[in-house]
Amino acid sequence: MANSPILIREQRYHQIKALLARLRLDASARLVVLVDKDGQQIAVHGELGELDTTSLASLAAGNVAATGGMAKLIGEREFPTLSHEGERESIHISVIGRVLLLVVFDDRSSLGLVKLRSKQVAQELAQAFAEVERDSQLSAADGSLPFGEITDEEIDSLFSQP
Amino acid sequence: MFRTQPTQASMTFINYASREINCKIVYYGPGLCGKTTNLQHIYDSTAAQSKGKLISLATETDRTLFFDFMPLELGTVRGFKTRFHLYTVPGQVFYEASRKLILKGVDGVVFVADSQEERMDANIESLYNLEENLRAYGYELMKLPYVLQLNKRDLPNVVASADLSAELQRKGEPVVEAIASNGVGVFDTLKAVAKQVLTELRKS
Repeated sequence: MANSPILIREQRYHQIKALLARLRLDASARLVVLVDKDGQQIAVHGELGELDTTSLASLAAGNVAATGGMAKLIGEREFPTLSHEGERESIHISVIGRVLLLVVFDDRSSLGLVKLRSKQVAQELAQAFAEVERDSQLSAADGSLPFGEITDEEIDSLFSQP
Repeated sequence: MFRTQPTQASMTFINYASREINCKIVYYGPGLCGKTTNLQHIYDSTAAQSKGKLISLATETDRTLFFDFMPLELGTVRGFKTRFHLYTVPGQVFYEASRKLILKGVDGVVFVADSQEERMDANIESLYNLEENLRAYGYELMKLPYVLQLNKRDLPNVVASADLSAELQRKGEPVVEAIASNGVGVFDTLKAVAKQVLTELRKS
């Protein structure tokens, strides 16, 4: 497990966003979100509206963690995909290494199509995230993070207006 | 040079494109010690633009089933928005499996102790359980940003703060006395842990 902060550089972020945009189009999905397994949202693309994607990301990670726990109890390593079908909106989640690809779709698409398209983009997303992890390790090692010189005053100033 | 301790759990997310730092803080402690009450107070006293929804996965009797969650935006450091994702774990003993899941990727921990005399054993058991669960992920409490909150100081049957600290303090971590139900000590606790998390970011 990587122990340095995960650092997403702009170029990598836009590369991931482009992959999500393509998936959204190919799968006729409403929304596509890339989430870290610990619940942090990495990138999102699609019809956001009023949707609280921060909570969605956190709950998706909780959901995957819980079903992963169930998998282990019955002797499986994990469940690589999860789907929840609603009356109008549905969710499909694929586990890709340490990230989760979450697709929200309605009757403009179908579970089969979403599954297929998610699988097709999984490899590229896994590669992109592997690059993110490599960037993070490198930055941690060469000290190029912007917070090395944060002062106590700067940290304190965050709390001056609770 | 920037480097976290090898066994350290720092999984902070830094996004250069959206200029955001995201950190995960977990409130831990025995059942009914006031973890959710801490979050509820933070939620109630924070301006709408600084917070997301408070998600509570609770039973019908308002006991935390899986976790409570709320994102909180504190302000800007070096041009980066700092967002803290606050989680609680379910305190009841039999929710062990879900409790452990929440600790994954944690950047800082608040241990909420119930100051009542009859809850002393529950505090000790929960603290032991926290250390065990952290270890399962390769994290060490001793190296993690950490705050001990002594909650429910307003109740009549509380153990003296000094005695409670002597029993529960692990490593000279900040100790905050609190009455979470009316907000006393809640923000002091959050500040104490958030500050340590941010300080970790500059450690060499």
